[in-house]
Amino acid sequence: MSKLVKSLEEAIKLCGLKDGMTISFHHHLRNGDFVLNMVLKEIAALGLKNMTINASAIFDIHEPLIDLIKQKVVTGIETDYMGRTVGEAISGGILEKPVIFRTHGGRPGAIDTGRTPIDVAFVAASQADDMGNCTGKFGKSACGSLGYAMSEAAHAKKVVVITDELVPYPLNGFSIPEVNVDCVVQVDAIGNPAGIVSGTTKITRDPVGLKMADLAVQAIIASGLLKDGFSFQTGAGGASLAAAVFLKDIMVQKQIKGSFVMGGITGYLVDMLEAGCFRNIMDVQCFDLKAVDSLAHDPRHLEVSATHYASPFTKSSIVDSLDVVILGATQVDTNFNVNVHTNSQGIIMGGSGGHSDAAAGAKMSMIIAPLSRARMSLVVDRVQTISTPGKTIDVVLTQRGIAVNPRREDLCEKFKTAGLPIVTIEELKARAEAINGIAQPLKTGTKTVAEVEYRTGEIIDTIKNIL
Amino acid sequence: MRRTMLFLPGNTPNIIINADVLGADSVILDLEDAVSPDQKDAARILVRNALKYMNFGSCEIIVRINPLSSGMWKEDLDEIIPLRPSVIMPTKVSASYDVEHIAAYITEVEKKAAIPEGSTQIMPLIETARGVENAFHIAEADKRVCAVFIGCEDLTADLRCVRTKTGTEVFYARSRVVCAARAAGIEAYDTPFTDINDKEGLRKDAEFAKGLGYTGKACISPRQVDIVNEVFSPSDADIEYARLVFKVIAEAKAQGRGAVSLKGKMIDKPIVDRAAFVLEMAKALGKGGADHE
Amino acid sequence: MVIKQKAMAGTMESSDCLVYVEPAADLQVEVSSVVMVQFGAAIKKATLDTLAELGIKQGFIKIQDRGALDCVVKARVETAVRRSEKEVQNA
Repeated sequence: MSKLVKSLEEAIKLCGLKDGMTISFHHHLRNGDFVLNMVLKEIAALGLKNMTINASAIFDIHEPLIDLIKQKVVTGIETDYMGRTVGEAISGGILEKPVIFRTHGGRPGAIDTGRTPIDVAFVAASQADDMGNCTGKFGKSACGSLGYAMSEAAHAKKVVVITDELVPYPLNGFSIPEVNVDCVVQVDAIGNPAGIVSGTTKITRDPVGLKMADLAVQAIIASGLLKDGFSFQTGAGGASLAAAVFLKDIMVQKQIKGSFVMGGITGYLVDMLEAGCFRNIMDVQCFDLKAVDSLAHDPRHLEVSATHYASPFTKSSIVDSLDVVILGATQVDTNFNVNVHTNSQGIIMGGSGGHSDAAAGAKMSMIIAPLSRARMSLVVDRVQTISTPGKTIDVVLTQRGIAVNPRREDLCEKFKTAGLPIVTIEELKARAEAINGIAQPLKTGTKTVAEVEYRTGEIIDTIKNIL
Repeated sequence: MRRTMLFLPGNTPNIIINADVLGADSVILDLEDAVSPDQKDAARILVRNALKYMNFGSCEIIVRINPLSSGMWKEDLDEIIPLRPSVIMPTKVSASYDVEHIAAYITEVEKKAAIPEGSTQIMPLIETARGVENAFHIAEADKRVCAVFIGCEDLTADLRCVRTKTGTEVFYARSRVVCAARAAGIEAYDTPFTDINDKEGLRKDAEFAKGLGYTGKACISPRQVDIVNEVFSPSDADIEYARLVFKVIAEAKAQGRGAVSLKGKMIDKPIVDRAAFVLEMAKALGKGGADHE
Repeated sequence: MVIKQKAMAGTMESSDCLVYVEPAADLQVEVSSVVMVQFGAAIKKATLDTLAELGIKQGFIKIQDRGALDCVVKARVETAVRRSEKEVQNA
């Protein structure tokens, strides 16, 4: 028996795809992905319309979506992150139905519980056998962990595996088993490996960023959490990565043996594993090729599903065991709510990703960001979009002071004792205003272009169109 | 406290707006080598506005002006002095006359701007052979001179030798400059270490300068600031010793003794002065000083 | 002061602005900014204030802003205007 079919067109027909159905994609090929565009092109050619796309993330390479939306081939989008190119078009109001933004933990949770049923899941894999066992760990288009593909691979009504490297049955080291796969298609290329490297995976050289990274490590030490068994997650921003590098130096120096590091994995976290700072990496996605290589070869580097990583609809997930997470933000308000969806002009250029999940689970969640970016203050009265609620954010660290959530008196005391520059969040806002001047408020339109769904399923904010 | 002086280019707004949080005790806004010849006017006006409108907190602002040979130094002073920078840093100062010349012009500008005469201090950058030989005269040339600063990169060009990390070629010059400064009763600052990636080398160089008696050292990158601050800060041991000095003095006084000794050394005025300075620094660093006379 | 010829000052780097001036019959200020909504008015005011301080009553001034503080806008406007005054055009 073989599930191999000759073309994407055949696979689509075999799956009985019809108008109005929901199809899914993972984003492990990041800005080097060819598959989403390839599949949608076929779907459009077949005359199908009103499709809903449930993609774990949408990048600038997915620009063709804009025309497909205008042509009503695509009329619904559900995603955890949207890059600026498509984001700006959505902010302009091209989609009738609001985009549903979920989180990296909420999306698999919604798929697992059947709240967002997937009709056909398209799973790109750098290697697969003809029965559908597949992986992203090996092959010329290797992208590493397939964490975000696993829920739909298990629960979608139909599953199509798309690969550019077919191997003899059985695939050694498969990440997704054949059991729910309907057909397998081979294409020339599923993506461009160079595009897999995320936008920001290099540590910052900016002195302000380095200063904040240094302060962040001091804060982690002051919290008392840095000891044997320590667990850690960091975002991919330049300052966050610098913090990882500095943390590694301290852990090596003090011989601290951590338990695990998690998240989106970069080469810097691989360095920490190899330096003996942690026993394991729990990998839900790879941000660069060093991480991809480590996953393929190092038994301590574990591939985990997004459900395992962060779904709140589990008996437990990895974020529940997390000590410290370092995150970014475009804005923070005086209630510690964080915005990672929209920029200063109200344009969609991001999304929670795993932000809300890690913040909810971690013992200490810390935002690192410069107090101003091009005259725009980080701290505002009310964020443009609530991506992560303030009750889950403990610390906001800038180069001009550190604010601790009033709910965390304990942390505040520890930081003060350690001599860290603690100020109130209102003081941070005042400092920014003293430097930048007072910003005139942004006016947005009245059309809801997106809904922000918190990890547990409730809508915590809406995004309006830009004027 | 001036353990570190960080050079920042005078024409780059996104660096200047963060000047005060880079950790340096002083920042040198540079109108000279860090600014291209066709942007000297832009830099001058930008630095003037920065002085006028921005708040640098407790960070001291020094402005490095263009050399006497350039003809631009007067325009630099015309724009900057009225905004009351703490210190002006003229370059390639080779003789006391250079200082007198600049000081006289500063006085003129201060008068015109109706600011108290003598408000602006001068920190000559000594980076020529003549400057080194004339270091004491330069240091003494005017009341405004608060310190001298040695620049070894240009100096080695003048000496016609190669600049090295070990610095044997500039050993005499460095010693002479610090000696001249102390003879004139002012501070001395050491040349920057130009290999930004060599942290160990930076630390060694800073420690060497401290060993020679320098008050602090210039930095050319924010990444150097923490190490140089550390080297020029009093250690816990230094602070402890300083406290002890005053303790034994107080004890001796109480017992009516004149001569005081500690750890086999006579405590004379230089030691007391140094101990007082250490405790002042300790206080500024939040390590707690001690009440002393 | 009078704007005698075209001149430019500043850069398009973050927190800076590029200012372009040229002679014109009346006074016209055009601002574009990465933070137009929030600070467009402030940038225009800083520009007009500086022009008034310099006694400029005629000219076309265009600001391309990348989040510069008012004092930086003022510095760049002043620099461009002073450059436009000189007989020999600056690079």
